[in-house]
Amino acid sequence: MSHTFTLDGKVIPFTEGQTIIQAASAAGVFIPHLCYHPEFKAHGSCKLCTVKVNGRHTASCTMRAAPGMVVESETEEINAERRALTQMLFVEGNHFCPSCEKSGNCQLQATAYHLGMMSPHYDHFFPNRAVDASHPEVLLDFNRCILCSLCVRASRDVDGKNVFGLSGRGIKTHLIVNAKSGQLADTDFSLADKAAQVCPVGVILKKRRGFAVPIGERKYDQAPISQTADTTEGR
Amino acid sequence: MTEKKKLKVATTSLAGCFGCHMSFLDIDERLFTLLEHIEFDRSPLTDIKHCSPDCDIGIIEGGLCNAENVHVLREFRKNCKILIAMGACAINGGLPAQRNHLPLTTILEEVYHTSPGLANGMIPNDPELPLPLNQVHPIHEVVKIDYFIPGCPPSGDAIWKVLTDLLAGKEPELGHGLMHYD
Repeated sequence: MSHTFTLDGKVIPFTEGQTIIQAASAAGVFIPHLCYHPEFKAHGSCKLCTVKVNGRHTASCTMRAAPGMVVESETEEINAERRALTQMLFVEGNHFCPSCEKSGNCQLQATAYHLGMMSPHYDHFFPNRAVDASHPEVLLDFNRCILCSLCVRASRDVDGKNVFGLSGRGIKTHLIVNAKSGQLADTDFSLADKAAQVCPVGVILKKRRGFAVPIGERKYDQAPISQTADTTEGR
Repeated sequence: MTEKKKLKVATTSLAGCFGCHMSFLDIDERLFTLLEHIEFDRSPLTDIKHCSPDCDIGIIEGGLCNAENVHVLREFRKNCKILIAMGACAINGGLPAQRNHLPLTTILEEVYHTSPGLANGMIPNDPELPLPLNQVHPIHEVVKIDYFIPGCPPSGDAIWKVLTDLLAGKEPELGHGLMHYD
């Protein structure tokens, strides 16, 4: 049996054990995603990469490819659902792009552009979240956290430090720093850590870097996210 | 052949900085082309104080930070067939909304009482002053908005694209390069 499936009608080859998004990515087909990163074990939480497999919704970052699967991704219906999820991420946090250092390099923003998100649609939460500027080299702005857990996975699985964690449940889930004080300065976190490179939004920011590259000349200003290399740090 | 009736366009800046209006003027000489198809009704550009009841397009810059903003927005919704939110503040509250996690009393106290050099200051309470809202709100949370032009400010080209699409009877569409939240 040949190792292929179809994605929006296109034949995609895959190797045993590959997920749908891995096979699609290898074939140069973009599936929107935020918590997925090719270098890490899938988390399956943001649901942006949801596709329909033989008519049923599933996360393409956790679903293994199988011969003959019929996968739909870039359909009006699925993109409307992705857009709604993205809008919810925007209203749950404080995402003020004009004053964010990550603007133009932000995967959440670029994904919203890709999905044609013209407004947040829902009512804003305007949550009250702290900023942690304790670390000499890195600023943490929790206002923009989308709970993708990439920093948690990077610090735990690559750096072997376990600096970050997700705490709480449901709507109260939030990112924490694993120190008694809760401050980044009281951990062994370093700028050289993998965890310092993976934030898709503007939570983990290198200090004194700010607007070194002007707005308008950044990664996703040059080309839309669907045409740029996967999930690499854009700064 | 009778001349085609010009569309009436009204504009206003609520809790905004007029940056979006400046960007609107950045369509430069295309304003002349635009004026062949539209006429301005209530707008800072005309100084007309209230909307005519038959406006075709209303363009709103800025979010809602006080009671007057809400009244103006409702007047626009009532009198304009199509309402457009222009810029980040109208769409998500923008810079003014960054006060939203602070209690209003704390802000007024700090601005008028406790800041250095403000001894014996008083919180303004003239009845002519519109009352601030507890939080700054995007305009879609209060009235129905038909179209959005994101950006801080949106570029003149983005504003031009939306208006010309509408004039051509098309759904406005901003592609990559014109779609910006920053």
